[in-house]
Amino acid sequence: MLKVNSIFCGIVIDHIAAGNGIKIFDKLKLDEVKFPVVLLINVPSRKLGRKDIIKIENKIDVDLTMLGLIDPNLTVNIIENDKIINKMTVSIPEEVQGLFKCKNPRCVSNSDGYVSPKFRLAHSNGKIYYQCSYCEELTSYSV
Amino acid sequence: MSLKGRHLIDPNDFSLEELDEIYDLADRVIENKDAFSDICKGKILGTLFYEPSTRTRLSFESAMLRLGGTVLGFSDANTSSVAKGESIADTIRVLSTYADIAVMRHPKEGAPRLAAEYSLIPVINGGDGGHQHPTQTLTDLLTIRRYKGTLENHTIAFCGDLMFGRTVHSLISVMARYKGSCFELISPSELRLPEHLRFSLTEKHDVCFHETENLEEVIGRVDVLYMTRIQKERFFNEADYMRLKDSYILDRNKLKNAREDLIVMHPLPRVNEIGYDVDDDERAVYFRQAEYGIYVRMALIALLLGVNANVESK
Repeated sequence: MLKVNSIFCGIVIDHIAAGNGIKIFDKLKLDEVKFPVVLLINVPSRKLGRKDIIKIENKIDVDLTMLGLIDPNLTVNIIENDKIINKMTVSIPEEVQGLFKCKNPRCVSNSDGYVSPKFRLAHSNGKIYYQCSYCEELTSYSV
Repeated sequence: MSLKGRHLIDPNDFSLEELDEIYDLADRVIENKDAFSDICKGKILGTLFYEPSTRTRLSFESAMLRLGGTVLGFSDANTSSVAKGESIADTIRVLSTYADIAVMRHPKEGAPRLAAEYSLIPVINGGDGGHQHPTQTLTDLLTIRRYKGTLENHTIAFCGDLMFGRTVHSLISVMARYKGSCFELISPSELRLPEHLRFSLTEKHDVCFHETENLEEVIGRVDVLYMTRIQKERFFNEADYMRLKDSYILDRNKLKNAREDLIVMHPLPRVNEIGYDVDDDERAVYFRQAEYGIYVRMALIALLLGVNANVESK
């Protein structure tokens, strides 16, 4: 079994569905940082069968809305002095701003540099979509 | 809640009671036009038309002039600061200091909503791409109400371009809020209602709708037939336009199977989707509909500006 040391001070993103770890790694641009980061993939999990874990040896700002968009079931643990001092869950965000583009090429948010695209959560036929606040088009988010 | 100072971007920004307030005032204007001829004296309407428009722009200008106000603006984005790359936010911030109320037409969907976020004065959406055209909807609703007496329990057929037809999108989204509305949606499969509106009809409203490609199949069971033009300017591909442009042509012969109390509406301009032989039929109300557009815009401007519309008869 592969062994990875625990971190002393930083963040652990746990219970990531297998396959989503690399997406979060990319979104957080962890390949560009100067401090230690570990991405574990396909780790055996009682709950998920397999899961991904990201360990970051530094306290950075993580966008919980963005994490919720990618994987609403993950957990974020804040570590200080080798101990978990805060455990956070995320959820599918009701409102999202600036994280992705509207799929409608005629939408003003795709042509006016002043606009930060805004979306509201919408459900249709059991699927999750985001409805653009400007043109109302439904966009399904995928990283 | 008062309409004074509000924006009209989507007709669903207003409650049904607020919409009634607009139709009621429009009815009063129709009954006694002269009485309203100077209620907007000293007020300025800014017209921001980023794409060509004849009917809507002139209708707004006529409405403001008939209320005693004045108009300034542009009707060609190429001759304004927009051509220099100015953002919508900057344009509306500046115009807010020049005018008391603004109307915007823009090819990009959602542009008037963006303008409203930065505007200090009421913004009216004069049509944004294939998205919405709320003042046409007010016109349509006033027409239906005047001819049918109520906006409830109607079966309305929409025929033609339901994909890019913004007048259809706006009218459907409001009619879905009235009790007993039923929709017959007639279009080629390529021009069916967009997914977000389908979503709205099925998830947000309890309305019945039926889709078909055949006008003759449904014409005998509808109260209102709303014809639309297949819009060349919305197609990326000329060949697709040519193939679909004459999908539906309403003529006197097809009207033989329609109800006596049907009304035929069209937001205009028409090309050849309604034959000229239909114009003389009593059921064709589209020219009266265009006239009502001025009165409903007069009512809207007066209410958004909050001017005193409790005038004495002249």
